[in-house]
Order: sequence, then C-alpha cells, then structure tokens
Amino acid sequence: MVYKLTRKNILEAMNKGTRLDLRGPLDQRPIEVRFGVSKNAEGSVIVKCGKTEVACGIKMGVSTPYTDHEAEGTMMTAMELLPLASANFEYGQPSIESVEIARVIDRGIRESGFIDFKKLCIKEGEKVWSVYIDLATLNDDGNLIDVGALAAVLALMTARFPEYDEKTETVKFGEFTDKKLPLNEDKLPLTVTMFKIGNNIFVDPTREEEDSAEARLTMEISKPESQKTEMINAMQKGGEAPLAVEEIEKMVDEATKIFKKLKTLVDEELEKARKGDKKSKKDKKE
Amino acid sequence: MTDKEKHGKKELVIPGEIIASGDDFLPGDWTQKQGKDIIAIRYGVLEKQDRIVKIVPISGVYIPRRGNFVIGEIKDLTNAGWVVEIGAPYQAFLPLRECLGFIEESEMEGIYGIGDLIAVKILNVKRTSIDLTMKLREKGFGKIREGAILKINPHRVPRVIGKEGSMISIIKEATGCNITVGQNGLIWIQGPSVENQIYAENAINFIVANTITEGLTEKVEKWLKENKGDKK
Amino acid sequence: MTKEEKSLYTKRFDGRKFEELREISAKVGVVPNADGSAIFAQGDTIAIASVFGPKIFHPKNQQNPEKGVLRVHYGMLSFSVTERVKPGISRRSQEINQVTEWALTPVVMLEELPGTVVDVHINILQANAGTRCAGINAAALALAHAGIPMREMVSAVAIGKMDKTIVSDVTKEEEDYEDGEGATDIPMAYLPNSEKVTLLQLDGKIQPEKFKEALLAGKEACKKIAEIQKKALKESE
Repeated sequence: MVYKLTRKNILEAMNKGTRLDLRGPLDQRPIEVRFGVSKNAEGSVIVKCGKTEVACGIKMGVSTPYTDHEAEGTMMTAMELLPLASANFEYGQPSIESVEIARVIDRGIRESGFIDFKKLCIKEGEKVWSVYIDLATLNDDGNLIDVGALAAVLALMTARFPEYDEKTETVKFGEFTDKKLPLNEDKLPLTVTMFKIGNNIFVDPTREEEDSAEARLTMEISKPESQKTEMINAMQKGGEAPLAVEEIEKMVDEATKIFKKLKTLVDEELEKARKGDKKSKKDKKE
Repeated sequence: MTDKEKHGKKELVIPGEIIASGDDFLPGDWTQKQGKDIIAIRYGVLEKQDRIVKIVPISGVYIPRRGNFVIGEIKDLTNAGWVVEIGAPYQAFLPLRECLGFIEESEMEGIYGIGDLIAVKILNVKRTSIDLTMKLREKGFGKIREGAILKINPHRVPRVIGKEGSMISIIKEATGCNITVGQNGLIWIQGPSVENQIYAENAINFIVANTITEGLTEKVEKWLKENKGDKK
Repeated sequence: MTKEEKSLYTKRFDGRKFEELREISAKVGVVPNADGSAIFAQGDTIAIASVFGPKIFHPKNQQNPEKGVLRVHYGMLSFSVTERVKPGISRRSQEINQVTEWALTPVVMLEELPGTVVDVHINILQANAGTRCAGINAAALALAHAGIPMREMVSAVAIGKMDKTIVSDVTKEEEDYEDGEGATDIPMAYLPNSEKVTLLQLDGKIQPEKFKEALLAGKEACKKIAEIQKKALKESE
C-alpha cells in the first residue's frame, strides 16, 4: 500500500533514471544467501534481497505417479505469504497472490528441464518420488517472485535424498543420504521480472515500487549447454496496464542481461556452499 | 561496546526490571511502583531527571500526545469530519469545525479526499480516540500536494530534528529542501527537484540507521558531502 | 535412590547434564516490517515471532472497551519437521494458539490498550521438540521489542522425565524414548519476577512427587532463559 504522493515521486524519479534508494532502474539490491537453514528439510535456503527475505525448504516424499506420466516423479510448489512478514498478509485460504507466485515459479522450473523427473521414478506406474518446494516469506519488501524462484533453485541444488527402505517401500524421514537430486544443472532456470511505471521499465522493486507499478512481465530463463543463446522457459504478464510490443522486446533484452549477472552470483554462492560442505565433512572426519 | 557506552550514560531496560528503589525517585512514563521498587513496564532507554525516573521508548508504534504536529492519511469521510490514519493505536479524527473557514458537507471530498495526506496538530488525546485540528497559528498545515513523504520510526524523530533543530537544519541547507517532520514519524520533504528530495530522504535514513553513534553530526556532514553528486 | 528406584536414563543422548539447557541464541528486530520481532533458537528448534500493534481492532463490535485483545497465531513451516506438514491451520496449532495466548496475556498490560488488538505471529523454522516453548520465548521478546507495555517477561521450557530422570529442555530423541517408564513431556512457561506459571501441559506417566521435582527444574531453567532474553533486548542495537 503506497501513498499517492509516493507513487508520484517514484514515477518522477524513474523518468529521471533514478530511484528512491538511489539505485538505477536496472540495478538489483544486494543479495545474501544462507544454506542449510532448516535441518529437517532435504534442502533449505534463505535468500535476502535488500529487505525482502524468503525461506525455501525442499521436502521429499513418495507417492503414486500421475496416470499420464507413469514413469516420472512429481513436483509441487507452494508460497506461504506469512502474516509474520507483512501487515498486508492474512490467514485463511491461500490468496490469489500466493497462488500466482507459486504457479509461476513452478512453471519455470518444470519447463526448463532442470529436474530430471524420469530419474525420480522408483517403480513405474506405482511409486515415484515427489518433490515439494515450500517457500515462506519472512519479510516482504517486494519482488517476491524473483526472490522465491531464486531460493527454490538454490534449495534444489543443495538438496539430498532421504533414506528409502526398499523392503517396506517407505521413506525414512530424518535420515539423509549424500545423494543429490537428479538435476540437469546446466538447465538451472532463473527468474527475472521486469516492471513498468509510466514509460519506464525497472527490476527488483521495493514493496512501494511494486505497488506503484502498472504492469509486470516475469520471465524464466536458462542457458543450457546445448544452446548458443539463453532460453525463455516461461513467461507471465501481470498487472492491469497493457504492454506495447516494443516494451516487451526491451524487457526481454534487459531480463537476459540480468539473468547473466544473476547466474554469476548463483555460481559463486553454490561454489561457497560446496566448499563449506567439504569443510564440514572434513571437520566431521577429524 | 557495553550498553552504557552505546547510549552514553543511558542503558536499555526491559519490562519488569527494577530501575530504582526507595523514596529517592518518583515513577514517570512507562514505570510503575511495586512496593519499595520502581519497575519498568516497557522496553526502552532509562532516564533519570530531577527525581523522576522514566523510560524513553525506542521502538513500537507512535504514541500520540496533545500538541504534536503529525502527518496523516485520510481514510474516510463522515458527515462530521475526516477519519485520519496517523500510525497511532487509535483512530484520529479531524472534525469539520477544526478546519480553517466554513466548509459545506458537499465540499468535503473536494478539499480532502481519501488517500490525501494532511499536516495537522493533535488537539486532544482521549481514551480510545484522537482529535485533530488545523486551527493553529503556525504555517504549514493543510493538504500536502507536492513533495515527498518519508516514514521513519517515530522514536527517532528527536534525533532527526536534533537539539533545537540543529540536525534537520544541516540537512535542509545541504539538500536545499524544506523539511517538515511529523512527530508520528512521517516527514514531508519539498525540494527544487526529485533528486534533491531523494538526497534529503537518504540523508534522514542515514541518521535513523546511526542514531546511537557518537559524533553523528560529523558523520552526517561527511555523508552529505560524499553523496552530493551534481545536485545544486 | 534405592536399587529399585534407579533410573534407566543415566546419560543424555547429547551428553548434556540433566539440568543443562541446549545452546540458545536470541536476537530482536529480525523482521523489519513488524512493530517488534525476534528469533529464538533453542538447540535445533528455531522460532521466529513478529508483533503488529497495538492497532485499532475491527470490526468495532468485537472491540473490548475495557482492554485490548491479544491474538496469537502459531504455525510450523511445512519443512520444519522431518515429515512434511501441510501449510495451514491444524487442530494442534489451534490448541497452541490458545495456550500460548494464555501464557502471554498475564504479562501484557492490555488494560492500557483498550479497543485495540495486538497480533502475535509465531512460525517454527526448524523443529526439534520444545517448539511451543521456543515460540513463547520468541513472542515475549517480540512483544517487548514492539514496545507493548508489559509487567514482566515470560520464559518457557520443556521439562522431561526419561524413565525416572528429570531433564531440562528435551530434544525430539528424548521425546521418543521408550525404555522403562518412557518419556513424559512437560512444557511450561514461568514468570521469573512474580514466580507464577502461565503455561503447563503434560503427557506421559509421572508420580506426583516426581512432578514437583520437574516443576522445580522448570523454574530454574526458565530463570536461565530469562537471562538470555534480557541480554538479547539489552544488546539489540
């Protein structure tokens, strides 16, 4: 919820190429990542982007497959807009905001081919692994789709299978293996949402900026090894205002640039996590 | 840094803490007498002045006081006046009769509509409601049409204003902006350009982020120099 | 103890002394949007609490003109436990809402806040027993941080009886203990100043005299926790 006057200022600032926190329209806020924040989850991470903070936990379970995908595992994404995180979030049925965010993040991961669902099959037609991507907002200062999507892929990258008892065909929750999820790591998708206010496009809004925006375009992008260029795996236009074709083209170009920057950050963070893992394993052995 | 060093001679106390004993002190704001002791009933900074011991809050919602100058948002219109949100636990009300001039009921929305920001003074704080007024001799009341609004922790307002307005004057001069600080933490900034206003906003945020630092004035002046850019 | 009274639980699974608490860390101001907030980690149990209010209570007809209302909402994040819990309200969380509200209300000076509501949100990020206690500890910090007028602080801990041994601050492993008389779980909240109990629940098998021993252990443990909460508030800036 933003004051009319503040919205006016945000627009005026954007028209002059600046923002209330002195960023440029295409600058992201500083991103902080913490891995392994919830030990009972198969994988977990907290991502902070400016003051926005989102936690993601990966839980695994075993279930029967869908009848039209009998040899594939399943995936479910949920985003809890916790009332803890904002006076604007309420209890009750998941709001349309939380449903849209979850579905958009889900599509990007699904369409990219990041998860090898066939390798999640235990017994065709009978038993497959289910991956639950559970997101929860710990503080809302805008850009929940992008931050949530980032948290989701980072959590997936560091997740491990729980122990599975083949005789009883049950999961031994709480006992973890060293086996990573079957991921095509080169297909890692990242989400970049471009927002529009007046004739300006911008990225990574604060809550006030997001509430002032007239429209947005979320793009889920990946750069598989086999491809020469980036691939757009999913897209969603949101908000009431229409977008001109030129605006969309510009948004796609800018999003691709930002994807590259984000990918570098992700690779650095995952490298840190790997080193941290090695160190703690080494400490355990000693 | 120990607590004492952080707040100079002051310390942070917690609810239920004994802050004085015996007859040397009288219980002030946010304290309570319990037998021979005086205990704190709110988290904040302990202050002892002229035999009165009190707590100065540093967090939480705005505590309205009669005579406070505040900035609020019009939430609703009734036939008797406007319902205004000022960030206090209670609703604030600006009666028609407390506005300047004679206003017809039909004119009300045209003057202050829902979503408008107004600068007003607190006339009265009742048990579960607050009365506002615009009828005071000082300038600067009424509808806020231009400029920018910044919201800060209301308990930082004294630091932002500074001793006899010294701190806020430094910001005004360096940024070329007119700055009106509401006691409820809403600050109205009017500058020659949006860049100047953003400059002032960020300077105030810098103060708020560093309230307990020693030598804040010098640090603020340094920040202002470093961030001036090409502003006039 | 005589030979017949000797307990089977002679050494704690994690090597702690019987009266020893798990490692605790607490911090306030972790949710910038809230009026007050705190994170409280007791061993591997992590609770986050945030407070919004006091604010005007709508609908007006539910307002209490005499005093404010405290509303507590407790929820476990779906990935906080080993077997995933579906997001949303459960019967367990509803019960915890109620007992937590009763645990906190005696210290909150609601008579100073007539017609208003204070919302307390508690979420468990990681669970290893004692979740409602960690929640109360976090909530008390968040309420104080939000500047809510309070008579004093509240501290909570889960005491256990493992066969015949009283232990402080149980873990999940201890909760699942089955030897001898098994595990008895006693979550409690205590006001260290006025020395009153505001939360008390129990499930297991315990003799009245042993229970009194547990109650005493709870008092001592809560006093230690109170010191940690005090430190977190005093060192918050």
